[in-house]
Amino acid sequence: MKKVFTRPKSLKDMPFHYCPGCTHGIVHRLVAEVIDEMGIFDRAIAVAPVGCSVFCYEYFDCDAYQASHGRAPAVATGIKRVLPDRVVFTYQGDGDMAAIGTGEVVHAAARGEKFTVIFINNAIYAMTGGQMAPTTLLGQVTTTTPYGRSREVNGCPVRMSEMLSVLDGSAYIARVSVHDPPNVARAKRAIRKAFEVQEAGLGFTMVEVLSSCPTNWGLSPLKALKWLEENMIPYYPLGEYKKPAEVG
Amino acid sequence: MAKILMKGNEAIGEGAVRAGCRYFFGYPITPQSELPHYLAKRLPEVGGLYLQAESEVASINMVFGAAGAGARVMTSSSGPGISLMQEGISYLAGAELPCVIVNMIRGGPGLGNIAPAQSDYFQATRGGGHGDYRVLVLAPSSVQEIIDLMQDAFDLADKYRNPVMLAGDGVLGQMMEPVILDDEIKPPSLPEKSWAATGRMGRDRKNLINSLYIVPENCEIHNLELGRKYAAMEESEQRWEDYHTEGAEMVLVAFGTAARVCKAVVDMFREEGRPVGLLRPITLWPFPWKRVSALADSVRCFLTVEMNMGQMVEDIRLAVNGKRPVRFYGRVGGMLPVARDVYREALKILDGGAD
Repeated sequence: MKKVFTRPKSLKDMPFHYCPGCTHGIVHRLVAEVIDEMGIFDRAIAVAPVGCSVFCYEYFDCDAYQASHGRAPAVATGIKRVLPDRVVFTYQGDGDMAAIGTGEVVHAAARGEKFTVIFINNAIYAMTGGQMAPTTLLGQVTTTTPYGRSREVNGCPVRMSEMLSVLDGSAYIARVSVHDPPNVARAKRAIRKAFEVQEAGLGFTMVEVLSSCPTNWGLSPLKALKWLEENMIPYYPLGEYKKPAEVG
Repeated sequence: MAKILMKGNEAIGEGAVRAGCRYFFGYPITPQSELPHYLAKRLPEVGGLYLQAESEVASINMVFGAAGAGARVMTSSSGPGISLMQEGISYLAGAELPCVIVNMIRGGPGLGNIAPAQSDYFQATRGGGHGDYRVLVLAPSSVQEIIDLMQDAFDLADKYRNPVMLAGDGVLGQMMEPVILDDEIKPPSLPEKSWAATGRMGRDRKNLINSLYIVPENCEIHNLELGRKYAAMEESEQRWEDYHTEGAEMVLVAFGTAARVCKAVVDMFREEGRPVGLLRPITLWPFPWKRVSALADSVRCFLTVEMNMGQMVEDIRLAVNGKRPVRFYGRVGGMLPVARDVYREALKILDGGAD
């Protein structure tokens, strides 16, 4: 019997704590597969955020840091400046990176810090109980927008990939989704590219991953993926927003 | 050995370089600016990195990353900036990361002003941020002492895997004094940091820099372990200077710039043949309560002189434990105590009866 599918070596052999239907598990796996395939496990360093993925350091078997809320890009800056030949990545949600940590990610990108942000956009604060995030869509009902997000009261959702791609220091910025198998495959290619651009020392890299949160959206896992496709992708178009010429 | 004139803020920088610090992350604020200016020039000369962050919040988290990676690293700021760093300092203490944080204290609260003060004593000695932790605090009172204490600051940080704070003020930062420097800069000998998260690089176990203990039982164990470390610091690291405390009827207690003023006051009294001395705490935390407690057995009274509304006086009262009266004299808002005023205050207490 030939083994055709197995757990990536960079992931520990333990169950995830994530809710059923949450897409964090898929993204963890993609990052781990890329680390394995690039043969960079020994040089990889993960920086965990505050939020649902705070425990991602438990799953990635490489060396890791747990950063304060929103500050992972500053922590990653400190690490990478001391250890420039390592592959450093932060794993951050939208509350962490697009609200409290906006300053840190914008300036890390502006300085062209050579690490990679894996940015999980599920349009909600999940761990704290489904509050409105900067990425929550207009009209979307959350525990702090019970009448739906209002443009007048809350303003409009923030598009981080578009925003960071205009900075000269960013080298690779892509938005992907994991709502179906072809998109999962595309997401993996984007993560690999981001790591390759980091390795080439070309600048700041980020992959924004549109993700589902069935628990806080109040939908079944399948319906949540459908909701993501029908509602999030029109507002958050997929694609590569910035890429260096030498990366295909 | 060379004797040269040096500004306090620059001495912090040179002291750090000589102590093997190669990374500085900071954000501009007065009155510590000469320090980043100096290191921005000096660190590249020794293969180090000076990086200006977008805020104090970012600076302290860059320090977190660099310290976790095993580097000797520092930041510096003043009052408002140190307040912004407090969450990060709590994380550094929780994750047991060594680093040096300089606070050139200025007048507060709020924006206050940029003049010298000692009003961040509580913040420095009580942990400062959230949670139950301590930071070792060193308070130099001359430019030479700054140079010497910078070496100790980094060594103590590594020894205890804990942030160390150097507390000064605008007077110490701006003034120039002669300092003696070794001609040769020794290559830094740093302790091995087997806990650093540097990428596994073949290591058979994973290293994790973390302050999260989600299970209360484990978080209690973590706090108790930190507590034992702080107790060891209290036992071994109390430092002070005695200045004419022998046979003293009254002992002034002051640190940093205020202690310089009090030395002049002691000299005035001693010239008159009156037995007045000075106890100068060099570590603000751990506070040198052993020495204060011993002095309380022999002196008639204490007068604490601070550039704040009375903060260290609480520690002195705890150490004296009611055995002797403890009086307070302070100047605030960036004003300096004047020797003649302190002398008059002390004389009033001495002649009027301290009790």
